[in-house]
Order: sequence, then structure tokens, then C-alpha cells
Amino acid sequence: MFEYDPVIYSRALMTLTFVFHIIFATVGVGVPVMIALAEWTGIRRNDPHYTLMARRWTRGYVISVAVGVVTGTALGLQINLLWPNFMRIAGQAIGLPMFLEIFAFFFEAIFLGIYMYTWGRFKPIVHFLFIIPVVIGASASALFITLVNSFMNAPQGFEFVNGIIGNVEPLSIMFNPASSTKVSHVLVSAYLTSAFILAAIAAYALLRGKNHIYYKKALKMTLFAALVFAFSTFLIGDLSGKYLSKYQPEKLAAGEWHFDTSRQAPLIVGGILTDNNEIKYALKLPFALSVLAHGNPNAEVLGLNDFPADEIPPLWIHYTFDAMVVIGMYLTLIPLLFLLVYLLRKGNPYSKLMLWAIVVGGPLAMFAIEYGWIYAEVGRQPWILRGYMKTPEGATTSEHVDVLFYVFVVLYAVLGITCIRVITKMFKSNPTEDELEAIESEGGFK
Amino acid sequence: MNIEVMGIAVLWTFLYGYLIVASIDFGAGFFSYYSYRTGKEHLVQNMIKRYLSPVWEVTNVFLIFFIVGIVGFFPDTAYYYGTALLLPGSVAILLLAIRGSYYAFSTYGARSSKVYIFLYGATGLLIPASLSTVLTISEGGFIEIIGGKVVFLYERLFVSPYSWSVVLLAIVSVLYISAMFLTFYAAKARDNPALEIVRKWALTWSGPTIICSVIVFYAIDLHNPDHFQKMLEHSWMFVLSFVFFLGAVYLVWRKKYYGLSFIFVMCQFAFAFYGYGAAHIPYLLYPYLTMYEHFTNRTMGISMIVAFIAGLLLLVPSLVLLMRLFLFNAKYVQGR
Repeated sequence: MFEYDPVIYSRALMTLTFVFHIIFATVGVGVPVMIALAEWTGIRRNDPHYTLMARRWTRGYVISVAVGVVTGTALGLQINLLWPNFMRIAGQAIGLPMFLEIFAFFFEAIFLGIYMYTWGRFKPIVHFLFIIPVVIGASASALFITLVNSFMNAPQGFEFVNGIIGNVEPLSIMFNPASSTKVSHVLVSAYLTSAFILAAIAAYALLRGKNHIYYKKALKMTLFAALVFAFSTFLIGDLSGKYLSKYQPEKLAAGEWHFDTSRQAPLIVGGILTDNNEIKYALKLPFALSVLAHGNPNAEVLGLNDFPADEIPPLWIHYTFDAMVVIGMYLTLIPLLFLLVYLLRKGNPYSKLMLWAIVVGGPLAMFAIEYGWIYAEVGRQPWILRGYMKTPEGATTSEHVDVLFYVFVVLYAVLGITCIRVITKMFKSNPTEDELEAIESEGGFK
Repeated sequence: MNIEVMGIAVLWTFLYGYLIVASIDFGAGFFSYYSYRTGKEHLVQNMIKRYLSPVWEVTNVFLIFFIVGIVGFFPDTAYYYGTALLLPGSVAILLLAIRGSYYAFSTYGARSSKVYIFLYGATGLLIPASLSTVLTISEGGFIEIIGGKVVFLYERLFVSPYSWSVVLLAIVSVLYISAMFLTFYAAKARDNPALEIVRKWALTWSGPTIICSVIVFYAIDLHNPDHFQKMLEHSWMFVLSFVFFLGAVYLVWRKKYYGLSFIFVMCQFAFAFYGYGAAHIPYLLYPYLTMYEHFTNRTMGISMIVAFIAGLLLLVPSLVLLMRLFLFNAKYVQGR
């Protein structure tokens, strides 16, 4: 297909593993929060429906955790196998956050095992306490690994002499300008996506004609959580824009096709870019980019023409940025609409149209996560360590990366398909109704 | 103790931890498949599952810990091993991925399938074989720097008697460690039919384990005489290892103190593993990388050791809780 170039294939393979892993990583970070919420609600209201929700979510969750663990292991190894030259240099700086990430993961792994196998062995409230370390561990590992990624975007806290990193300050490496917005955006959007996926499942059950109150309770709880997370995601997304304009203006400018430095910069929505960089069919929102970048409609925004041509990211990231933002709006509006209809008692919140809109939101949320990461990662090209090391300098020089790429395509396809099949089969062969009946005949959980 | 030695000691301890917990896991996968083929699955599979289900994730962490740790403490290892190990490393990723996910699919999923059990069993033996090549490579002779590029000499690895003896040792000791542990676990569960089977496995694999250990010992002499000489300086550790081996097998043979016998197994491997490691010092990759010249910068090294101690304060109580709930809880192991 192409001439063999280890850099291209290393990037392709890393992208592949990463894109596949974040599906499970996102669920892994977000779902424990929802499980904890459901179990807690069940205890507080003494309502076994919520407790059952927590149990059923946990069962599905474990399957996705398994795939998350193995793809995470793959990433941990692959970063060294595919980017040995990068790790040799940056390893001096990112050792600590990577090490801490594994601790957080360790903590989570221990308590997930305990949580899963102690239903009924303790008082409900004690059992509930075991999910807390899972939530903390999952979010903390996301935090630490995102700190590593922030460092690659906004490196600081070291001296770079003759290609060697020295004089490091571990805390300043971890808490760089990118960390706060990146970490909070990653966490909250993972919670949002997980809540929406669970909402989509409940909505789908209702659409299939299952009308037990259990599904309605699940839908209300997940959508309410989704709304809170969606608003937070939006706020933090706005802060991320301000971070970018200050520290990585080329990423923002490339994402917005902003060529000439100017005041009162418009935000470009949609559109296509012709070969000679003309924007067509786009919607221009006046002042919006200046507001996004600086919170001031008259502020000046740096344009791409002010950067060296070989330090500009690919301009197609505009599409991923737009897709992410549009989906983000959708994910805010749908739960808002649902709750308004529900609370104001006007119209039917469980109408077919509404339920379909929620079902569609689940996968869309996951797409938004992917788009957001593609924007963030491709947007820092050509750098692997922004300002210090370009991507080709970090890649392996080994042969056979191309073969491995195809092998891993097959592996992930097989894993993904089996995972979906196992989860669907698991829930089909043990429908909620049967479990609910069993609970009711026994008078609640013991 | 200087900071480099502390770093390598931390890493070696995690590798040792992985050696024990992963061996139990890998061997259990093979025995699970074997019992299925011989129609004895109803006797042992439940016991195996009861132990593995809550802990399999933890097993995985030990490995990642080691990998992230070694690159953190010694970033140059990423350059040498990373470049050289692209193929064998990817094979290991592939096997680990198949094994981990199919274990979960069959254990937590709706039904277990024959294919899943087979994949789980087969990868259980292939992973130790593929991971052990890293130890082989660390002895030197399989990596060369040609024109400033790290080149891995596949052919040489394939025809090396040393590398094959290590692979063989890895496989048989996985089966031995696992069977010894399952013997202890079955006794703990008072599961006599299972105990009878796994005890036989334990005794069967003890002989090959010690024979392979001796073979590897002499294969090192052929491959890297320097290292062999240094191992002789630590010979007391290998002697102790052998004594613990005899003790463990004796106890299992006489059907008593299974718990103590597994502790002996752990001591047997601890002395052999640390003896091997101590003799390997200061080389991380003979003769290119040494632990002194290729240690990370001091600040990062210290902060990682601080993080390690803080992490242990969190992990050790959690691990104790996990073990008390599942490993040493009579009710749980008996399946009540």
C-alpha cells in the first residue's frame, strides 16, 4: 500500500490501540460513578430497583473492564515498543505520573474484585463502601495518565540539554498549564458518556415495549446525572479553549481555520476547505472565537499564518472539533428537554421520539470522546513533545510494524465483536423482569 | 543502600510477585483445560474459578507495574528493549489480550464455551514462554548495535540452547507453582476429590522443575560465563532454594502442612530468583546497560521511591483485605 515507513505505521498502530482502548477506558471511568449512585439511591430510598440496577450494571461493567485492562496493558507495552526513542528521553520526566497511574489502577483492581464478590456478605452500607475505592481508583488512574498527556502538550519543569532531560521538578511536570482543563474535561466527559450509554440502554428497553417502572427510574436517574455532567463538560470545554489560545494557539487556530491574526475573530462552524485554503459553506459566528479564546469579543486571536509552516497541525481536525461540540450540545439538550417535559408535566417524556433521541445519544457520546481525542492528539502534530521533539524522532526504527498493525486490527475486531455478543447474551438470557420477580417474591434483597 | 539498588530491588520484587501470582494463574488455565479434556472438570474447575475470579485483574497489574517501573527508573531500557522486542513484545500483548478477555467472557459471561477454555489454557503456557525471552535477552548476545541502530538477532535466539532451556523452565515451573498452590487451596477448601488430583499434578511437575533449573544453571555458564561466575559467589542462595524445594515436596508427599509447603515453594523461587538477580547486577542488558550509568535523574528516582512507599501503605492493607476475604476465608473457599 505505502512504502514501509515505521513512523507512519507506529502512528497508525498507536492510534488503533488508543481509539479502541478509550471506548473501554471511558466506560471504566464513568460507570463506577453511576453504579455508586444507583446503589446509594437504593439504600437511601430503600428501593431494591436501584440496587438491582447497580448489580446489573456491575455485571456488564466487568466485561468491559476486562477488555479495558488488556488494551491498557497493550498501550503500556506499545508505548515502549513503538516509541523507544521518545520514552528514552521523556522517561526521565513522566516516570512518576505513570507509576502513580499503576498504583491507582492496582487499588481499583483490588476493590473491584472485592465489590463484585461480596454482594450479600455484608450489610448494604458496608458493601456500598467498597465501590468508593473503585470510583476513586478509576478516576485517579484517568487523572494520572491524563497528566502524562498534558505534559506532552505543555512540557515544563525540566531543562533540555543536548537531547537529555535534566533538572526535573516532578510536581511542576505533573501540574503544567494543560493539566487542570485536560483532566477535568476527560473525567467529566467520561461520566457524561457513561451516564448517556446507560440512559440509552434504558430507553431502548422502553422502546422495546418493556414498561416496568424499573426502566423509568433508570432513565430518570441517568439523564439527570447526564445533564449535570453535560453542563460541566461544556464549562470546562470553554476553559480548554482559553487554555489553548494561551499555550497552544496553533491547535486552536488549525481547529478553527483561523489564518490571519485578528480581533473580533469569528468561529467557523461546519464548511469545507478548498485546496487553496478557502472556506466554503461554513457558518460564521461573529466574535465567537475571540470569546472562546479570551472571553472578550474584541480580543486578538493568533492566526496560522504567524506560525512556521512545518509546525502547523493538519487542518482537517476542524471537522473533529465541530463534531465534538455539536454532539456535546445534543447531549445537553436532550436530557434538558426530557427533564423539562417530565417536571412540567406537559407532554409525554417517554414518547417514541424522545426515547429514540436518547438511544442515539449513547453511541454519539462515545463518538464525541473519540473526536475530542483525535482533535487533541492530531492537533499537537508535528510534535510528540510540543516544542521539544517531533513525532518522527520518537518512533521506533524496527521493521515489521506494518504486519503488527494488521494483526492488531484483527485482534481488536475479534475482541470488540465478542465483547458485544457476550454482553448482549448475558442480559438477554437473564432479563430484568425475572430478577425483579425474584426480588419481589422474596421481599427485597436480603 | 543507594538509590539505584533500591530502584532495582523494587522492580525485582514486583517481578517476583508477578512470577508467583501469574504462575498460579497461567498454570490454573492449563489445568482447567486439561481437566476439561480428561473429563474431570467438575472436580477442579469450581475451585480454580473461586480463587481466580476476584484476583485475575490484580495479577495483570504486577506486570504493568514492572514495565512502567523499569522505564521510569531506567529510561534507556525503553530504547534498547523497546526497539529490540517489537515482535516478541507484541506477541506477548496479543496472548495477554486474548487470555484476559476470554477469561472474563467465559467467567462472567452467560456461558462458557470450549473455545474460550482452550484459548485460556493454551495462552497460559505460551505467555510465560514469550515473557521469559526478555530474561534471556538480558544476558546479552542477542542484541547488537549496527550503524547506530539496535538490531535484534532472531536467528541466534532461535538456535540458542540457553534460550530454549529458559523457556522450558518457565513452562514447567508455572505448572509446578500452580499445582502446589492449588493443592494448598483444595486442602483449605476441604475439597478432597480435587486435592487428590492437584496433589498428583504438584508431585508430577516437581521433578521436571528441578531438572530444568539445573539445566538452565549450566546453560548460563555456556552462554555468559561472567554471570555464571557471579552466581557461584551467591551459591548459598541456590543451595537454600534447593533445600526449600525438598521441604515443600516432602510435605506434599506426606500430605501435611500444605500451607507451609506453599510458603516453602515461594521461598524456593525467591532465593533462586533473587540469587539470579543479584548475580546479574549491575547489568540490565549485558553489556550495554548498567543500573548505575543508566539510572533516571536523581529527583525523579527519589520521587518514584517516595511514591512507591506511599503506594505500598495503601496497597498492602487492601491486599490483606482481599486475601482475608477470598483466600483465607474458610466460608468463601469452601463455596458456602
